[in-house]
Amino acid sequence: MTDAVLKPSETSASGLPLTALGVGALLVVAFGVLPLVGGEYLFDAILTPFLALALAGLGLNILTGYTGQVSLGSSAFMAVGAYAAYNLSLRLPGLPFLLDILLAGVVAAAVGLVFGLPSLRLRGFYLAVSTLAAQFFVQWVFNKFGWFSNGSASGVITVPPLTIAGVALDGSVGRYLFSLSVVTLVTLLVWRITRSATGRSLIAVRDHETAARVIGVPVLRVKLFAFGLSSFVIGVAGVLWAFAYLRTIEPAGFNLDRSFQILFIVIIGGLASIRGAFLGAGLIVVFPLVLARLGEALLGGLFDSGVLEMSQRIVLGLLIIGFLIAEPAGLSALLDRALLNRGWRRLTARARP
Amino acid sequence: MERAFPQGPLSRWQAGEGRGGGNRSPNHVIGATPMPAAALAPSPDTPAALAVERVSLSFGGVVALSEVDLSVAPGEIRAIIGPNGAGKSSLLNVVSGLYKPDQGRVWLSGHSFAQTPTDRLAHLGVARTFQNLALFKGLSVLDNVASGLTHSLRAGVLAQIVGSPLARREKRAVEERAEEAIAFFHLDSYRDRPVGGLPYGVQKRVELARALIARPHLLLLDEPMAGMTLTEKRELTGYIRAVRDRHNTTIVLIEHDIGVVMGLSDRIAVLDYGRRIADGTPEEIRNNQTVIDAYLGVAHDLEAGEGI
Repeated sequence: MTDAVLKPSETSASGLPLTALGVGALLVVAFGVLPLVGGEYLFDAILTPFLALALAGLGLNILTGYTGQVSLGSSAFMAVGAYAAYNLSLRLPGLPFLLDILLAGVVAAAVGLVFGLPSLRLRGFYLAVSTLAAQFFVQWVFNKFGWFSNGSASGVITVPPLTIAGVALDGSVGRYLFSLSVVTLVTLLVWRITRSATGRSLIAVRDHETAARVIGVPVLRVKLFAFGLSSFVIGVAGVLWAFAYLRTIEPAGFNLDRSFQILFIVIIGGLASIRGAFLGAGLIVVFPLVLARLGEALLGGLFDSGVLEMSQRIVLGLLIIGFLIAEPAGLSALLDRALLNRGWRRLTARARP
Repeated sequence: MERAFPQGPLSRWQAGEGRGGGNRSPNHVIGATPMPAAALAPSPDTPAALAVERVSLSFGGVVALSEVDLSVAPGEIRAIIGPNGAGKSSLLNVVSGLYKPDQGRVWLSGHSFAQTPTDRLAHLGVARTFQNLALFKGLSVLDNVASGLTHSLRAGVLAQIVGSPLARREKRAVEERAEEAIAFFHLDSYRDRPVGGLPYGVQKRVELARALIARPHLLLLDEPMAGMTLTEKRELTGYIRAVRDRHNTTIVLIEHDIGVVMGLSDRIAVLDYGRRIADGTPEEIRNNQTVIDAYLGVAHDLEAGEGI
């Protein structure tokens, strides 16, 4: 029996504290430094949408990455969260907004549970197609029934300014800090779950459903739990997207493209990895900006918005194909290598012993 | 290398032995078998750890099992042998509830089922391994082994998130048991590695550890030795015997290596074309002309060199 090339102690000795330190440093910078030095553009165009999308990616990762259930309906649950929060704040003005967010997440979770029911019978592509039903149905409902948008003629709602406990957070920095706090809290929650016995059961269902049943994992309940939790997190992300980033809500903003975008975040960032959602969202948000600048510098006037959008799709498509072939574990795995600075040979030995 | 497997509270086994005495004993079915009564045959007074009663199963007209009876006494190591396609795995899948038999019943710790409820299998004190590895590839060795105790956890999700006393106590207990099982199977050097990339023999051991951590009354092993080297087979044989000797665990195993089967089992059941054609001690099976004709004579030549 050949012994392990990599001693387990190396991973836990250098890996864990490094992660904790890294997260701590990131939080200090995000909460303490950035609000002092950043400009409006940084918050409004980059950081706030990044946070909302990262949270949505995290939500989808619970379902797809950890539990192995593919979903193409993520943006529907974002929409449910956004519309629920809007209607709660409109119709129950007495409720504090933080409670609105929580309830909006719960509403999204309930809708997610309903659309998760097919997962008890369907798998893989068939399940993915059935989640498309959520995507189209939810968008149709919000278009069809004016009640949800309070009878707005154009269907576009302007959301009320963000106010938490009497403190107005409608400036760029305020909305950013609010998003950051929510994302930090929800991420902590998800992290705790993934490290618990429940998290283990999620992966068990993903990796071998029959074996999971045999050892007593309640497979059906675990799947529905994953749908509920995932939709809750995505719903909260929808609230941030609508209230902190766009400050408007319209059904078209939560279309299939958005669902795919969230799926790409998870694939590029790394399945079943918390930091993967953040890395993937970072790439998805920053990459078009970089591409626009680059295109402008290289091609000048030729590079108009049409060309930009097309080239975005092409490059993004190539990136996804590249990741699926070269590094299915995503940016998260790349970061692992860079951070832990391990020799290439030892790494390959670990990946393919 | 003989290390003591964790000596846990024995109450579960003792409780299990007392159960089901009042009802009709499933052992009576043994009377219908064509084999002569063997020395080790369970007495009608002790309830069998596992009994299969006239089970038939077919897949769209193809008969996989035909009126199969089987009774396994507590603490027995029972091998099921037979040529490929004889229905051995189907029988194990019926016992664990993955297949619903067309007719017949399965008795487990005093309860009788038309279809074993797979979700409650672990609660019934039954664990199994699979012919092809059925591990959770994305989890570490430790987590795979620990997952074998999932059925025993009581703390809810919320309790786990906030880390309630119950949740923390359970987490500690599970980790302790997993560490013990890891030590028993000499898996220490792989503890934190994802099982996906580990050598085949190691993965087989992880699967066995996951099954045994729950301290089952009944352990079903589907070709535990397949694809192993001679040394690994010897090692695994030792583990299986140790588990039975120390915990009186009943073990039913499907195995093709006749040498291993003859040396390890108390009794052997032989299946051919979905029928049980023989059931007896290794000595009886070795001398049974039906078995020799159907299986042993051929298989022994094929696997010559592996010895007994």
